[in-house]
Amino acid sequence: MFDKTLAELAAGLRKGDFSSVELTSAYLERIKAEDGRYNSFITVTEEQALAQAKAADASIAAGDAGAFTGLPIAHKDLFCTQGVRTSCGSKMLDNFASPYDATVVAKFKQAGAVMLGKTNMDEFAMGSSNESSFYGAARNPWNTDCVPGGSSGGSGAAVAARLTPAATGSDTGGSIRQPAALCGITGLKPTYGRVSRYGMIAYASSLDQGGPMAHTAEDCAMMLNVMAGFDPMDSTCLNREVPDYTATLNEPLAGLKIGLPKEYFSDALDPQIAERVKAAVAEFEKLGATVKEVSLPRTELSIPAYYIIAPAEASSNLSRFDGVRYGYRCTDPKDLEDMYKRSRGEGFGAEVKRRIMVGTYALCAGYYDAYYNKAQQIRRLIQQDFVRVLEDVDVIMGPTTPHPAFRIGEKNNDPVSMYMEDIFTLSLNLAGLPGMSVPCGQVNGLPVGMQIIGNYFAEAKLLNIAHQFQQVTDHHKQAPAGI
Amino acid sequence: MSLDRSDVERIAHLARLQIDDSDIPSYTENLSSILNLIDQMQQTDTAGVEPLANPLDAVLRLRDDVVSESNQREQLQTVAPAVEEGLFLVPKVIE
Repeated sequence: MFDKTLAELAAGLRKGDFSSVELTSAYLERIKAEDGRYNSFITVTEEQALAQAKAADASIAAGDAGAFTGLPIAHKDLFCTQGVRTSCGSKMLDNFASPYDATVVAKFKQAGAVMLGKTNMDEFAMGSSNESSFYGAARNPWNTDCVPGGSSGGSGAAVAARLTPAATGSDTGGSIRQPAALCGITGLKPTYGRVSRYGMIAYASSLDQGGPMAHTAEDCAMMLNVMAGFDPMDSTCLNREVPDYTATLNEPLAGLKIGLPKEYFSDALDPQIAERVKAAVAEFEKLGATVKEVSLPRTELSIPAYYIIAPAEASSNLSRFDGVRYGYRCTDPKDLEDMYKRSRGEGFGAEVKRRIMVGTYALCAGYYDAYYNKAQQIRRLIQQDFVRVLEDVDVIMGPTTPHPAFRIGEKNNDPVSMYMEDIFTLSLNLAGLPGMSVPCGQVNGLPVGMQIIGNYFAEAKLLNIAHQFQQVTDHHKQAPAGI
Repeated sequence: MSLDRSDVERIAHLARLQIDDSDIPSYTENLSSILNLIDQMQQTDTAGVEPLANPLDAVLRLRDDVVSESNQREQLQTVAPAVEEGLFLVPKVIE
């Protein structure tokens, strides 16, 4: 049962092979028995899950079930869940039971999904390893000495360990795609504005985007069908028609034009990953695609531009955590300023404080033009590079990460070397483009991912391409030893 | 770009973050190396380039000027550290 995809589980529920209560109980038992090794969940919502499963079974029996009714999922712990702790991986929100649901959470509820719990993550989604979580690092099921990636590391680990068939994630600079790659699962970051950010705790508002993480492209399509769409509560959510993402999965790929950016195959890339990605591209050629080299010359500039824009927006967003209205408050403040400083100093971890300070510095009077404005100009140049290339090819392919999962603690004391791991993912967020990570093999027993980048609102195309790849390969079916 | 101790203390104050004295050297070092990384972008000529604030150059929607929110004070204050009679309590500001 635990190797089944959402699509297979949905078919099983409809046929009556098992009930949602049985399915949900099985996953809850498995989480209890196994998650001590992975630390992928911060909160397990057993009671609520069983109640939702019971309601789903009633709805299936009554014949009014939808495509998602009764399917278990987990939510990254930055999606607000009414009455359930929403910690964002931080001591700051350890005591925060959200008074309302995020739109994404509400949509899954409405679709009849069962929430198993909330997954571990880097604190406030700031990190590429899940090590900055207040609840301790999540571990990679392929090798528990290694990181699962981040910031949606708990979602990646939980899906890879078969503790949930799928999970939500959010992606500000790679936080869906990188853990998907490192955990050997499939993840999609949609176009900026495709999925509502309402109730998704903000890190960098012009970059943040929620999306699905699952075993297959088909499952991601089923999830995106639930998640995508206009929401008046998010001022940057776009009012555009949402296609049925499962409807076009089987379109043939003959004539597909693929671009391989030469900058993505630089010395920074592990040569074994380059081999795996090129082998995957060869599969697409067999499916009728043509391949050409393209150039994204500002790829390296995405790192400095991102590490200005994201911290600047974070320093502004995280000013709301002041110990007054919600979240952590220090004990016995001697005055208001002491309360602000100690609540924030004690409530936030080191990486969050670093980024707040970088952002504060960049936005200081006199530095705005040299830093924030300059970064936004470079952002325009990066976007123009993508637009130019995507006039010539349908999709861009390359590696998701330069290396497979690194060891826990290896990069912890050197933020800059951690930031370099995001080299291939950051630029999409800066440009607002959609991208997927799809498993494409292993290096030294650890999974690696291929990234597929499309034009604005090309999610259906990306899912179609990934699905066709998964029809002729079995990388996505591999499970860690002992699972 | 290299920061010194007083820079870090000033930034931490502006961001209202209490930083332990013993942690200031490591923040100084980390922030300096992050700013060095960021300074790579100064070599790029961006004269005349329009800054990109929204990836789709979208502008914020305006809604009709009508009441759209109900009063949820009680519900929202259930998560507050200290409230009394519907008010958020903070340390005394005016003596």
